[in-house]
Amino acid sequence: MLKIKEYARPESLAQAYEWNQKKSSCVIGGMLWLKMSHKNVGMAIDLSGLGLDRIREDGENFRVGAMVTLRELELHQGLDRYTEGALGAALRDIVGVQFRNLATAGGSVFGRFGFSDVLTVLLAMDTYVKLYRAGEIPLGDFLTRKRDRDILEEIRIRKQPGFHMVYQAHRNSRTDFPVLNGAVSLEETGGKLVFGARPLAAMALPMEESLRQKILGGTLTEAEAAACMNAAAEQVPVGSNMRGSREYRSHLARVLGRRGLMELQKLASAGKGGAEL
Amino acid sequence: MKIQMKLNGKNIQEEIRPDMLLLDLVRSHGCASVKRGCETSNCGLCTVILNGKPVLSCSVLAARADGAAVETLEGLQEEAAELGAFIADQGAEQCGFCNPGYILNAIALFRENPDPSDQEILEYLAGNLCRCSGYEGQLRGLRNFLEQKHGRSGKKGGLQ
Repeated sequence: MLKIKEYARPESLAQAYEWNQKKSSCVIGGMLWLKMSHKNVGMAIDLSGLGLDRIREDGENFRVGAMVTLRELELHQGLDRYTEGALGAALRDIVGVQFRNLATAGGSVFGRFGFSDVLTVLLAMDTYVKLYRAGEIPLGDFLTRKRDRDILEEIRIRKQPGFHMVYQAHRNSRTDFPVLNGAVSLEETGGKLVFGARPLAAMALPMEESLRQKILGGTLTEAEAAACMNAAAEQVPVGSNMRGSREYRSHLARVLGRRGLMELQKLASAGKGGAEL
Repeated sequence: MKIQMKLNGKNIQEEIRPDMLLLDLVRSHGCASVKRGCETSNCGLCTVILNGKPVLSCSVLAARADGAAVETLEGLQEEAAELGAFIADQGAEQCGFCNPGYILNAIALFRENPDPSDQEILEYLAGNLCRCSGYEGQLRGLRNFLEQKHGRSGKKGGLQ
């Protein structure tokens, strides 16, 4: 059972950072995962009053405050348009609306959870995290960085011309954690193959230029997509847990990846995508 | 620590522990429709409407609701009875344990989207688990409720 000695709302990020340096302190996001732990928290730091609950869009970026809820992300029209519905598809099966009204973007990223849909879909985009002390770093670097007591302030998604993305997940039952999820994305200068819920945090592989050209040209065949994903799956470490075995996950990586690539080709041939939308 | 909030339209003040959950606070004020179910933020039994949005009260600190407006079925009895009658009419309430959370979340859905499709209903209510019904009866009940509300059905429906 979670025990909290003191609940506090800082007046600034500097104050939150200072309070959070104590080992017994803990920043609370949506508190959904934390609540199931058996921790004794000295000070629960609630970032609610710091204006981090907004999504700001300009010509080049989406800036998502750490306290933006997953439901707000799911319903944001600009993000929905930019991702051609892929972001909403990734979030829609996370438990239920009541859950997503609480779970925060910051908590989902900072937790680096091995079951996350959020990390997979964000990693497939050009995403950065802004930390109070360490500054802005690419999400991919953040995921492999040693955990520390910094404060996540904002998630920045850079709009890329020609961006397209397809998200896929396999669940044993709807609203459960995914057994495996994956996203494939394309932009003018590259592309990514991302796998998450392995059950480790999401990881990205760069898309080979020859594959990108085939997708852009609309000439990728099902057999070629399968061959690409067979090769990619060899580079993706997966594990076993109660939801699925290592072998099953490895098989799913190939299947979801192949389907994703074929869907991506349809999107790429249908329109401009990304920042032009 | 001392907090205040509006619970079903009534101002309340309370001295609470920092780790008290909103679920325990509303139940201590007589809102027994809000139930402790799975305690893993999955079942939807503890749903309340916090500042206009449905949330799981088992996962919200009461301290976080300081200054907020909280609604439970106790404050929405007329709406709940009307909707509940349509669900009962389909025999879909069965053991009835999930009903308060289900109905409250359905009310939140209709406030957000007054005329949802079946797909939208199923998506919105996916976080309310029912172990008796298989959800078909509830869906029929909600559909009938909407048909009547939007004047698309001549039938009275519900238990009327």
